[in-house]
Amino acid sequence: MGILNFLLIAGASGIFPGIIIRTKSRFSGRKGPGIFQPLKDVWKLLRKGAVYSETTSFIFQIAPSIYFASVLMAIAMIPFGSKGGLISFPGDFVFFAYVLALGKFFTIIAALDTGSSFEGMGASREALYSLLAEPAFFILMGSFALLTGHTSFREIFGSLHFGSGISYAIGLLAAFVITLTTLIENSRMPIDDPKTHLELTMVHEVMILDNSGFDLGLILQTGHLKFAMYGALIANFFLTPGSELYYSIGIFLVIEVLFAVAIGVIESFMARFRMNHNPQYIFTLTSMSLLIFLGVLLLLGKIV
Amino acid sequence: MPVAVIIATFFIASLFILLVGGRWKGFVAVAAVLVNGLVSANIAIRALTGQAFEEHFYTGLYFGELAIRVDALSAWFILLTDFTLLTGILYGMRYLKPYEGKAAELNVHYPCYILIHVAMLGIFTIQHLLWFLTAWEIMTLTAFLMIIFDHGKMEVVRAGINFLIQAHISFTFLTVAFIWIHLQSGAYDLAGVSTYLSRAHPALGFLLFLLFFAGFGIKAGFVPFHTWLPYAHPAAPAHVSGVLSGVLIKLGIFGILRIILLARGGFVLIGYTILIFSIVSGVYGVVMAIVQHNLKKLLAYHSIENIGIIGMGMGVGCIGIGLKNYLLIFAGFGAALLHTLNHALFKSLLFYAAGTVHQATHTMDIERLGGLVKKMPHTTVLFLAGSVAICGLPPLNGFVSEFLLYSGLFHGMAANLETSTLLLLAALSALALIGGLAMLCFTKAFGIIFLGRPRHLLPEPFKEDRLGLPPGYLTLALMVAIGLLPSLFLRLAAPAIALFTSVPGQLPAVDLASHIPLLSTMQAISVSTVVFLLMILAILLIKRKLASPVAAWSPTWGCGYAAPTARLQYTANSFVRPLRKLIRPLLMMNKSEGVIGGVFPSDPIRSDTHPYDKLEATLIDRPLRGLRRFLGRFDFLQNGSAPAYILYGMGFIVLVLLIPFLADAVTYLFNLFKQV
Repeated sequence: MGILNFLLIAGASGIFPGIIIRTKSRFSGRKGPGIFQPLKDVWKLLRKGAVYSETTSFIFQIAPSIYFASVLMAIAMIPFGSKGGLISFPGDFVFFAYVLALGKFFTIIAALDTGSSFEGMGASREALYSLLAEPAFFILMGSFALLTGHTSFREIFGSLHFGSGISYAIGLLAAFVITLTTLIENSRMPIDDPKTHLELTMVHEVMILDNSGFDLGLILQTGHLKFAMYGALIANFFLTPGSELYYSIGIFLVIEVLFAVAIGVIESFMARFRMNHNPQYIFTLTSMSLLIFLGVLLLLGKIV
Repeated sequence: MPVAVIIATFFIASLFILLVGGRWKGFVAVAAVLVNGLVSANIAIRALTGQAFEEHFYTGLYFGELAIRVDALSAWFILLTDFTLLTGILYGMRYLKPYEGKAAELNVHYPCYILIHVAMLGIFTIQHLLWFLTAWEIMTLTAFLMIIFDHGKMEVVRAGINFLIQAHISFTFLTVAFIWIHLQSGAYDLAGVSTYLSRAHPALGFLLFLLFFAGFGIKAGFVPFHTWLPYAHPAAPAHVSGVLSGVLIKLGIFGILRIILLARGGFVLIGYTILIFSIVSGVYGVVMAIVQHNLKKLLAYHSIENIGIIGMGMGVGCIGIGLKNYLLIFAGFGAALLHTLNHALFKSLLFYAAGTVHQATHTMDIERLGGLVKKMPHTTVLFLAGSVAICGLPPLNGFVSEFLLYSGLFHGMAANLETSTLLLLAALSALALIGGLAMLCFTKAFGIIFLGRPRHLLPEPFKEDRLGLPPGYLTLALMVAIGLLPSLFLRLAAPAIALFTSVPGQLPAVDLASHIPLLSTMQAISVSTVVFLLMILAILLIKRKLASPVAAWSPTWGCGYAAPTARLQYTANSFVRPLRKLIRPLLMMNKSEGVIGGVFPSDPIRSDTHPYDKLEATLIDRPLRGLRRFLGRFDFLQNGSAPAYILYGMGFIVLVLLIPFLADAVTYLFNLFKQV
């Protein structure tokens, strides 16, 4: 059962970036490339030879693989409604968050491995933004643990909607938090502009300036997988437990596509923030998740 | 019998160290630590498997009977102490190689090392208040002597004295608490604490706990009692820093755990107190660690953070006892005990790696290092492993204990406990924040020191001390084992954790089945970790098959600039600058900058930042200044004339002789008033 979910997310990752690019093209009045163009680019890169910097060490060569594996591992833990992911145990979302953090750890030190001041700058920003975004996820999961009385992805999502309609409202808020998290984790607008040409204003792109060939392909594909993974997480808030499979898969796909379109829309109509405003913006995430916590407390009648 | 063996080993080994030549002193010390370690580990393992050890001695008229008891809790700490001290001395032997000529220093250092081991074993096992304090004092003094090994340097002596004073403040708190216990229970046995607490007023009990917490907290380094740590660790030789940070500060943790075992009520309040102190310690410690430029100081502040994590475990466990929730107890105390072990391992590993770096480069200033990966690959791997572990990332051991703590906190949330949800949420977000901050801290430390290019000329010939590596790899092996087989180690710790479920009067005796869910979760983690590692391996293999050969090696991309120098690299200071700006109110940065003069400035411009501990400035420095000003008023007493000093002596003797009379007079007056 878990394997289906894994494949669904992997499949969604194939079309996800294409949809974003298509949406952005449409809004700027262009036709845009085919949906599968990003995937083709990745495949092309995977077979290319790499150019390595003389400054780098073995860290630089293994980091992209660890990064990729960390996201695959995280995807294996994402459930499909009440059906568990490939791996499911109490507290699996802690493993989820920490295995992603390991991937990030290696990306950061790989950037420092090049000895470039640009990449150091990107690494510094990446480390800061991810640490600011970290508490939000845990407060979110803590609130859901409080709401449902369970401590694993599968059980939480399985028992989320037996309560009342308010749980859908909380699900919507949570979806909002996850959307923002996705934008931060994938270094998209308004935190970071992936299309900028100035190294000084980049976050993620500047960290991978020296990556090429197979490594770059892996890193790009990891980004796509991450998108689909967070999309799946959002979908989970709305998968009604007990419903038929064709129904759930439908919801899943619709939400993934909607999510991609939403990101495309955000990217089309928002400008990047000034670098020094980013931390404040990211910290609003934490307050949003505190709002969810408050909502849960209300729901449980703990504060009247 | 074992006690006699351990003490005899110390004396015999010390004698040998004095007699043999410089090269052999280290071997004698290793042998002694090994013997003591084996003897005590043997007892400890038996205690963990259910055979508690107990021995009684008659120690004279005044001290009375001394009971030495090894229960599961002592056993757990004994085992981790033995391991850390053994790797410590193995590494120390290599580290002190350049000092072979300094016989006097070594003659003090090595016996102290053996003695501190004995003293710590004593602290874990002694049940007698006075003997406990004696062992505690021996531990303090030997630690002091080991810290000031390099006593030619002013800052080393200063750090040592700072340690000595703060250790004695801790000692004073403990003494007061013990006198209180002795007055109330009349006995010198530690069990007197629980007999007293079972009948005392809860408020008094809590006050007594606070006394103990202050005493043990100074040793453990809870904020705001932490200020000695960042001085003592950098001053000491690397292996001593490893032992200080790995084991010595854990004595404070052991003390608090022991008191929790002896407490008889008010657990929820105790839990809240520990939890709040721990959250503050955790966040403050890591934030201070981030802004440090001295590697050993950074590691020292990071110990404070880890003490915070251990403390959070204890706090959660205490709340669990108070609310009679077994899962909280197991997760909380399990996290505390496992993290104590884990921290002892990865922190000593990091200190050994730092020591090797210091030996090769003669500096601990992060900004002056860089590019060491090419020159010292083994140390790089060790430091990297330590960094991953200390950030609590899988697949290493740090993750296991942090996961336990997380599951405790989430279970606490899920159980929908009455009052503590908010505090648990605070702990949860603090722990997540600490994780992120630790990652910033150690990507900085590892990335700047080992990666990139050397920022300054390194000494020639540059060599990595290969013989100093085995202790590091030994530690790493155990760390990997814990990371991959956490359920095995949790099961090993289970008897110690079970002690906390059987606090009399609180909970019914527990069946061990109630912590099975955590054990199976641990197994799931080891499966996931192995899968994850295999996945990385598979991807690396695929890369080998699929990717074309390396097309070229070229300089790092610098926007087309073809002649970048090493000084253009990002520095540690700039790496953490965004965070430093964000948390400015928390910090105290002393900055000095040169002014650019002229159209073509000829002198290089410098900008120095020196972080200082704001809490130390407010809580230690300011009162000290006040005290000094107050005492300055009595300057006239110290006038340098011998007759005056003799007069003071006279006055003092007269005063002492008068005290009984004065006391009698006061009692007489009192009785008089009573009659009226």
